[in-house]
Amino acid sequence: MTLQDLQPGESGKILEFESSVRSERLMEMGMLPGVIVKVVRFAPLGDPIDLRVQGYHLSIRRDQAAKIHVSKCES
Amino acid sequence: MSIPTPLTVALVGNPNVGKTTLFNQLTGLQQRVANFPGVTVERKSGSLTHSPHIEIVDLPGTYSLTPRSLDEQIAYEVLVGRRGKSPDLVVCVVDAGNLERNLYVVSQVIDIGLRVIIALNMTDAAEENGLIVDVSTLENELCVPVVPMVASKGEGVDHLIEKILNHGDQAQPYRWTLMDAVDAKIPDLTNILTEEAPQVKPEHKRMEVLRALAEDEALDGWRPQSPNFVKRIEELRQEFTDRGVAWKHAEISGRYAWLGQIVNKSVERVRGPATMSDRIDSVLTHKFFGPLLFVIILAGIFQAVFSWATPAMDLIESGVSAIATAIQSVLPPSWATDLLTDGVITGVGNVVVFFPQILLLFFFLGLMEDTGYMARTAFIMDRVMKRVGLSGGSVLPLLSSYACAIPGIMAARTLDSERDRLITIMIAPLMSCSARLPVYTLFIAAFIPAGAFFGILGYQGLTMFSMYIMGTVMAFVAAAILKRFIFKGPDSYFVMELPPYRRPRLRQVFVRMIQRTKVFALRAGKIILGCSIVLWFLASYPKVDSTAEINQAIIEAEQQRDTTLAQALVSNTDVNLNTLNDSVATKDKSLEHQQVIAQQNDQDHQSVIDSLIIIQQSAQIRGSAIGHLGRILEPVMQPLGFDWKISAGLISAFAAREVIISTLSIIYSVEEDEEGVALRDAILADQYPDGRPVFTPLVALSLLVFFVFALQCMSTLAIARRETNTWKWPIVMWLYMTGLAYLASLLVYQGGLFLGFS
Ligand SMILES: Nc1nc2c(ncn2[C@@H]2O[C@H](COP(=O)(O)OP(=O)(O)OP(=O)(O)O)[C@@H](O)[C@H]2O)c(=O)[nH]1
Ligand SMILES: [Mg+2]
Repeated sequence: MTLQDLQPGESGKILEFESSVRSERLMEMGMLPGVIVKVVRFAPLGDPIDLRVQGYHLSIRRDQAAKIHVSKCES
Repeated sequence: MSIPTPLTVALVGNPNVGKTTLFNQLTGLQQRVANFPGVTVERKSGSLTHSPHIEIVDLPGTYSLTPRSLDEQIAYEVLVGRRGKSPDLVVCVVDAGNLERNLYVVSQVIDIGLRVIIALNMTDAAEENGLIVDVSTLENELCVPVVPMVASKGEGVDHLIEKILNHGDQAQPYRWTLMDAVDAKIPDLTNILTEEAPQVKPEHKRMEVLRALAEDEALDGWRPQSPNFVKRIEELRQEFTDRGVAWKHAEISGRYAWLGQIVNKSVERVRGPATMSDRIDSVLTHKFFGPLLFVIILAGIFQAVFSWATPAMDLIESGVSAIATAIQSVLPPSWATDLLTDGVITGVGNVVVFFPQILLLFFFLGLMEDTGYMARTAFIMDRVMKRVGLSGGSVLPLLSSYACAIPGIMAARTLDSERDRLITIMIAPLMSCSARLPVYTLFIAAFIPAGAFFGILGYQGLTMFSMYIMGTVMAFVAAAILKRFIFKGPDSYFVMELPPYRRPRLRQVFVRMIQRTKVFALRAGKIILGCSIVLWFLASYPKVDSTAEINQAIIEAEQQRDTTLAQALVSNTDVNLNTLNDSVATKDKSLEHQQVIAQQNDQDHQSVIDSLIIIQQSAQIRGSAIGHLGRILEPVMQPLGFDWKISAGLISAFAAREVIISTLSIIYSVEEDEEGVALRDAILADQYPDGRPVFTPLVALSLLVFFVFALQCMSTLAIARRETNTWKWPIVMWLYMTGLAYLASLLVYQGGLFLGFS
């Protein structure tokens, strides 16, 4: 499953990035494999997504999220 | 006493961690601070208060030393010494509430051999979020001095200065572990690089190798100069891929693994995070209330700008005319007095009248910036921007263009796609800036009634809001067209940190408001003052000698007392009788008419003579240089509904938009020969020779639309030239916006006429 499949309130552990997404910047900002991200909410028009990573809020688009594989965390 | 050695200290760190706040504390300067990432976009320097030999350099924020946008590029180049000497000391500002990510770039800075002090900022906010950082553990782990502080309150600043003055040795670089497979290859690559690119400093070699390995852009940069290096790296990438080594993220993972341990040891969570910011967000970015509030907030701002400023504006307006009248009564009548009153005071004063509005606009923008709402607008608007091929990142430069396009164009440096940056620069001047505000207000106040829908939505405020909407919508359309036909390419990305909401620091907002206004006033002041003086001369000279014609007309009128000419003149000018009588009495040039009046008490006669004065005065203004210029343009502008005066005003407004106000007021005051007539009243009273009003609501609308779209600002063109490094884009920008303005006005005026408005 990918980050895009998570609903607001759900968390996932990052597994890997598809190579087509520009993952370097995201990784430099702390979105590394193994890190847990929480989907906080979707923007009013459904896109982008507000994520919580490493204690701060990061916003990315859904099509980028669709290229980040995660495993869902049970809370 | 030893001679102090000059020292350069750079402030480095992630965006929005308080670097500029600290810079202002250290230097006593007032650089721009706001609560969203990407506020500082250029290198700024100042000297440490009381220590002129210590230079403090503020830099744009950056998440890493691999720059991905122009502003990050600047920070990077300063650090590696490509813009002058490398700094002697780097103060790395980090957010105590988010240490891991913040320390990433710090570890990179340590690795390129720079001396580092860590300013552990925002400890107040971190504590509120239940985080306590153990400073000595952090110091021991990183082997660099750490100074806890709250820059916004000035706490810890003295301690930091002490550390700057007694800075110790450089920390040992590369204390993290790179995965073995990659690490083993580094010496070989470094050697090749040394052979092919001897200019690379020893302390930068490892960084360059790691970067070239991970990033295609970095690798491409080496292609021309170092073919073997590039070849070797490409082979290695292949080899790693075959062996299943995660080479791409080797550096990032290595650093984060190290930092993770450090943070685990030195940060303690004593309590759960505060939720205030999240709760605010659940309203402001709510599916339904979010966009609604966004529109309400913007509409409210323009409404307030319009109505709250009125009392202050009235005050300034009467002040200005009182000054003009006072000067006129004190100084002897001469051309110099006329220049001072009709030219300088009228021209500058009529623009100064609008300052209260501009202040208010700046105040509200500052409030949006300081609370953190600005970043949310990017979040809310990204979807819309995606439709036109941009990203939410462009929203911030565009919104700041509401104040002025110049900082807006510069803020586009934060965009990580060069294409997005160019498009944003090209459309930023369509956002209505504060220089249009006076023009909007003047015509809206003159032609839109003051009532309100439901008692709150004032017609005037709404009209103003719609001007802003019109410009903004057109900016989106222009972006879509540019993206489709000129800057083709794939969609942009959107990666943006959303800062927590913070209570706005009112002092900060006020300082910022005054500062922006000062910049505006200085720029406008210079242009307007200069233009006003030139315009007054253009409107007053060459002197038209109409005595002969007038005498002739008097004789004729006497002879044919009851002829149609006399009657026509009489019927035209009854209204102006009183005012003209006054002016007749005070002016030299009307002496002869006075004698005539004295001889003849007949009412008809008096009116005839008064109308002759009008003939003479409008002959003067028409015959002046500006009159000639305006009338050359009139045929081109006629289809938009503009007479020669408006045309002359429009041309002068290409220096700066506000100048049209000065031009019109100077033309009217030279013509009216009277001080203190409000510009608005002069506009309403102006007539064509056949008695039709020059300004109708339709003409005013056409003019407003022209101002919404036209690019009338030399400074914008100059800054666009600087930011794009070519004249091509500013020229294209000017042509498309001016063309657009002409067509839109044509459409409005001709369409209006067709629909039966006048
Ligand atoms: N709570 C708290 N807020 C702070 C502190 N220092 C700065 N701020 C706020 O943080 C925000 C960002 O401050 P800036 O100084 O503009 O940050 P910057 O690092 O220069 O940002 P960029 O120029 O975008 O890289 C502003 O709203 C400041 O008022 C602090 O110590 N505590
Ligand atoms: Mg800054």
